[in-house]
Amino acid sequence: MKSRLRVADLLPVSTVGLRSRPGRTALSILGVAIGIAAMVAVLGVTRSSQSDVLTQIDRVGTNLLTVANGKTLRGAEAELPSTAGLAVSRTPGVSSSAATATLPVRVYRSDRIPPGRTGGLSVRVADPGLLDTLDATLVHGRFLDRALAAHPVAVLGHYTATVLGIRDVADRPQIYLGDRWFTVAGVLAPVELAPELDAAALIGAPVAAALFGYQGHPTRIFVRAETERTDEVAGLLGRAANPAHPEEVAVSRPSEALTARLAVTGGTTVLLLGLGAVALLVGGIGIANVLVISVLERRGEIGLRRALGATRGHVGAQFLAESLLLGAGGGAVGVLLGALITYAVAASRGWPTLVPAGAAGAGLAAAVLIGGCAGLYPALRAARLSPTEALRTA
Amino acid sequence: MTSVLELRQVSKTYRDGADEVHALREVDLSVEAGKMVAVMGPSGSGKSTLLTIAGALETPTAGEVSVAGLAFAGMSREDRSRLRRRAIGYVFQDFNLLPGLTAAENVALPLELDGRSRRKAGAAALDALRQLDLGDRADRFPDQLSGGERQRVAIARAVVGDRRLLLADEPTGALDSTNGEAVMRLLLDSCRRGLAAMVVTHDAQLASWADRVVFIRDGRIVDGTAARPGPDSLLTEQPAR
Repeated sequence: MKSRLRVADLLPVSTVGLRSRPGRTALSILGVAIGIAAMVAVLGVTRSSQSDVLTQIDRVGTNLLTVANGKTLRGAEAELPSTAGLAVSRTPGVSSSAATATLPVRVYRSDRIPPGRTGGLSVRVADPGLLDTLDATLVHGRFLDRALAAHPVAVLGHYTATVLGIRDVADRPQIYLGDRWFTVAGVLAPVELAPELDAAALIGAPVAAALFGYQGHPTRIFVRAETERTDEVAGLLGRAANPAHPEEVAVSRPSEALTARLAVTGGTTVLLLGLGAVALLVGGIGIANVLVISVLERRGEIGLRRALGATRGHVGAQFLAESLLLGAGGGAVGVLLGALITYAVAASRGWPTLVPAGAAGAGLAAAVLIGGCAGLYPALRAARLSPTEALRTA
Repeated sequence: MTSVLELRQVSKTYRDGADEVHALREVDLSVEAGKMVAVMGPSGSGKSTLLTIAGALETPTAGEVSVAGLAFAGMSREDRSRLRRRAIGYVFQDFNLLPGLTAAENVALPLELDGRSRRKAGAAALDALRQLDLGDRADRFPDQLSGGERQRVAIARAVVGDRRLLLADEPTGALDSTNGEAVMRLLLDSCRRGLAAMVVTHDAQLASWADRVVFIRDGRIVDGTAARPGPDSLLTEQPAR
């Protein structure tokens, strides 16, 4: 009958060596933990970041297009025709659209501010339909409508409101815009797909025409297409906006930038995972090194166990179990550490924390596997030790 | 009387490069159940080799060895390990207790290696310790025990379970005379309960506790004699050269 050293009995026996050298055990575990933590954190941070981007994409949709004035053949700034906004809105497959145009005027908190201190803010003409087209929201007040568009009333982007110190619109604050006083009607929430609007003060086209000579040439038109026809619509917009020179029209899809970010993140993840794997390998070699030293130091114990009737298998299993425990311990600590790093990074960036269960499981499995591989050679070496030799040299 | 340990024409030769070292030469020895044999001889005479061969830790180059009627010849490595776990107990000069295990865990180790559950092995170990008046030291670690207590724990480990042969290598070498005599008394008590024992010692006085003393020199048994009453008798009995 073969001797069966039960797993439940093997574990306490295997932990004796680990318990009697706590410092060395902790350092061995740390070696593996760093590798696993790096891998879990890379995957966790990446997934959290991707989750944030995906949330943005979900929120803004992939059917938003922008039509902007491009360049002429000579490289000069092209101009969209004044009919571009209307023509785009009538293009088949377009659900809604809103034109905007940058005005060559500046906005200040008051007429006392030196003209040079623009704060990087711009003034833009906006269609009343802009809010709906962008799915944007207001944090204060109301947006421009046909009535307000004809009056010196502005709606501020989120950043503009912060720079100008407008915290509320209930008391109808005034801003100094193009040498005129304008009343602030509302403040937008940040607009993820059109961040240029965050740093703008938006006014209506009629008042812009009356006060600043705006001639109706839009500089950017936001278009919301029917989702399944987005590509088709994108192909039509150039000619619709500027039939005479469609090549001078730049049509883009803001969600593509987000998708590109996902792809870039994916590429970086592979690189960082590779670095994590190298760290894990180094941790595994550390375990092997520690166990080889341990075998040499514990020759007396090995000889004694053999004298007491331990088979080569018992001795090998003991050292292999020690190695597996070191790997598992390193894996558990690493997963925990990786999750904490992910949480810290995600929290600091305002992302949702997401540690993929697969990454945690795979990290733990990889650590145990590395532990097992690292323990094979020391275990074989211990098992092959002659008991009499081991007792004699102890 | 039944022999528990039988060695017939046992030789052991080690190779050291081109040289050959004859550690044992045609040794014949038997130890019966309930008897203690002391092995004496100068350093390098082959005492330890005799012990390791009798304990199935090494195989002889020639000759036959059997323990409890089981001949080593043809035994697999696994069979010899099983024999060590079940039938043979060792007591070493420096106790050889594992420092990370309690007294009871040290004693239970051979039983656990034999597949007995931790609980059952622990109960048997506690019984063995109680028989040696160490029941209250069961949960102490070796470094919390005196030298004499450590050796008693080692004896408990050597006799726990259904052992037939007890092999001791200078079991009193690290002890003072009082503890040394106490240990010899325990070994003798174990023999009286039916174990066969072979004790290697340099100490003629302690060897006088044995039922028989054999002298070994250059790998040969040069004399075997029954112990005379009193240890001094051994000092006057010089081995033949």
